[in-house]
Amino acid sequence: MNDVRFLDRKQAVPAIVGDPSDLLIVCGLAGASKDIAHLTNDGDNIFTMAGAMGGATAMGLGLALSRPDKRVLVVTGDGELLMNVGTLATVGIMKPANLSILCVDNGHYGETGYQESHTQRGVNLEVIAQGSAIPVTRTVTTEDQIAEAAQVLRNSNASSFVLLRVSTEPPPAVKRSMDASERKTAFRRALLGTR
Amino acid sequence: MTTEYGAAVPWQEDLFTLLRENDVNLFCYVPDGGHKTLINRSIEDPEVISVPLTTEEEGVAMCAGAHLGGKKAVLLMQSSGVGNCVNMFALIKGGQFPLVTLVTMRGEFGEMNPWQVPMGTAVQPVVEAMGMHCLRAESPEEVGPTVQAALNMAYKSNQGVAVLLTQKLIGAKAF
Repeated sequence: MNDVRFLDRKQAVPAIVGDPSDLLIVCGLAGASKDIAHLTNDGDNIFTMAGAMGGATAMGLGLALSRPDKRVLVVTGDGELLMNVGTLATVGIMKPANLSILCVDNGHYGETGYQESHTQRGVNLEVIAQGSAIPVTRTVTTEDQIAEAAQVLRNSNASSFVLLRVSTEPPPAVKRSMDASERKTAFRRALLGTR
Repeated sequence: MTTEYGAAVPWQEDLFTLLRENDVNLFCYVPDGGHKTLINRSIEDPEVISVPLTTEEEGVAMCAGAHLGGKKAVLLMQSSGVGNCVNMFALIKGGQFPLVTLVTMRGEFGEMNPWQVPMGTAVQPVVEAMGMHCLRAESPEEVGPTVQAALNMAYKSNQGVAVLLTQKLIGAKAF
C-alpha cells in the first residue's frame, strides 16, 4: 500500500481537518502551510512557516503542552517531518492528549521540483510514529478512510498521528503572510488578547 | 576550580528558583552533566513540564510554540548543541520570538577533550551571526543577574539570548 497515492490534497486535507476554527494549527513549510492557509484564509489560529524546516512538530508540541485546554493540530509534509523525525519520539514520551499530527505525504519534495522523498522509496512514517510510542496512528489512502481519521485527529484522548497519502497534485495557490513576526503577533492576539 | 564536573552546587539550586520565580514552567533539555541539578529539579517539580529532546533544535521550536500559547520556557544544552540549532534560530530572529537558552560551555577554559574545542569556540560567533545575543557568566555570583538579564531581554524585548555558563564556572571534565 506504500505506493498508493491517488487522493488529491486539495480535497483530502479540508475533508480530514474539517472545521478548523476551534483548532490551533502549526504548519510545516511549503505545501502544508499552503493547504491550511487556503483552508482558513490565512487565519489567526494558524502559524505557518516558510523555513525552519523540521520544526513544525516540535513547535506544535510546545504549544500543546502550554495549552492543554486547546486542541493543537500539526500539519506537516513527509519531507518536513523527515528532517526531524526524532521529534516523533519526543511526542511519544510526552503524549499530550490534545496534540494531533497530520502528515500530508506526497512522497516528494514538491517545493524544490518534486524530487522523490524517502517515503516514496519505502519508508513508512506511520510505522515510525508507532515505534515512537505515539498511542494512536492511522494511514489514509482512500476516501472512505477519511471520516474515521478525522474523528481521531479531532477527538482522540491521546496523541495521534495520521499519515495522509496524497498524489503529487500541487497544493492550492494562496496568498499568505510569510512574515513570521506578524503571524506570531496575530496568533497571540487572537488566543491571548496580547502581543 | 576544584568543583567536580556536574556536581550539585548552590548556584544551580538558586538558578532553578530564579527561573521558577520568573514563571518559567517548561524546561526543554538534552541531558548534560553541567545542567544536572536544573534538570533533576525540573523533573521533581510537579508544576514544571520537563521535556528531554532528541536534538537541541527541537527545543528551539518548542520554546517558540510555548510562547504562542502564552507560556515561558527555557532550553538547556551543552555548547555542542548550539551547532544543531543554527537553522532553527531563524525562527527566533524572523519571528521575534523570545528565547532563553542556557549553554554549558565545553571546549574552552581547561578543556581536555579535543573533540569539544571546535564547536565550543564557534558558539558565540554562531549565536551572534543568527541575530541572537550572548551573555557570559564566569563566576557563581554572575549567574543569577545574567540569567535575569536574559529573561528580561527575551520576554520584554522579544530577543533570543544564549547565556553561556562558562567552563571557568562549570569546571573542566577530566579525561
